Amino acid sequence: MLNCRDVTARASDFIDAQLPLRARVQMRMHLLMCRVCREYVRQMALVIRSLRRLPAQDKPSGTLKRALLQALRAERP
Amino acid sequence: MESLHGALLRLALTFVADRGAAEEVVQDTWLGVIRGLGSFEGRSSLKTWIFRILVNRARTRGARDGRFVTFSALESSEGGDSELADRFTAQGRWQHAPPAWGARSPEELLLSRETVARLHEAIAALPANQRVVLTLRDVEGAESSEVCNILGLSETNQRVLLHRARVKVRAALEDLLGRRARRAPR
Repeated sequence: MLNCRDVTARASDFIDAQLPLRARVQMRMHLLMCRVCREYVRQMALVIRSLRRLPAQDKPSGTLKRALLQALRAERP
Repeated sequence: MESLHGALLRLALTFVADRGAAEEVVQDTWLGVIRGLGSFEGRSSLKTWIFRILVNRARTRGARDGRFVTFSALESSEGGDSELADRFTAQGRWQHAPPAWGARSPEELLLSRETVARLHEAIAALPANQRVVLTLRDVEGAESSEVCNILGLSETNQRVLLHRARVKVRAALEDLLGRRARRAPR
């Protein structure tokens, strides 16, 4: 049987579907019975999905864009 | 370009000493992309290709400035899930269970500026190798094979680094979202 510590250690691979069948079944069994681990894994999955939509902080500056446009023109005769 | 620029800058910052150097590396990368576009063979996604150019340039620049990022999880000094170590009993059961969160979806979670800021802080606070892997995998959505390819990393190492990074980022939000959940039960 997996304990809660094992479940948290495997949470990332479980979410990425990287666990072999046996380990996956063990995880599901534990999650079925353990509300806390269920919430933990849900939070981890939620964080991962949120990271994917994280608004970008930095936009290219005008100077960089101008430098690149210049380089682009120079490259294309 | 707009969407990639921030990611490239964040990645570059992992390898070099300061923002100025990172911006130079990114600019240099874009120039390399423009010049090399003709030789892009489409064996990886364009994004992966651009990231690889950036990582090569940032590494060279970092090394010149005396900075080296090691990607072996085994070489890193920290233990496994140190964030959670004291939360279990000797039998591995929860002793300090994480508080339940109110947020159910990414949209809901990202609605709060405080949470978004906390996410950015948590990523910035990660050790360099974990930050690079998390940024490529979870923020940019690259496949694990692509990330191994870009960084020259084994699959196992990559998974360990990614897991450790995710544990920390989740932990950074724990109190914030747990508190909010308690204030507004559903």
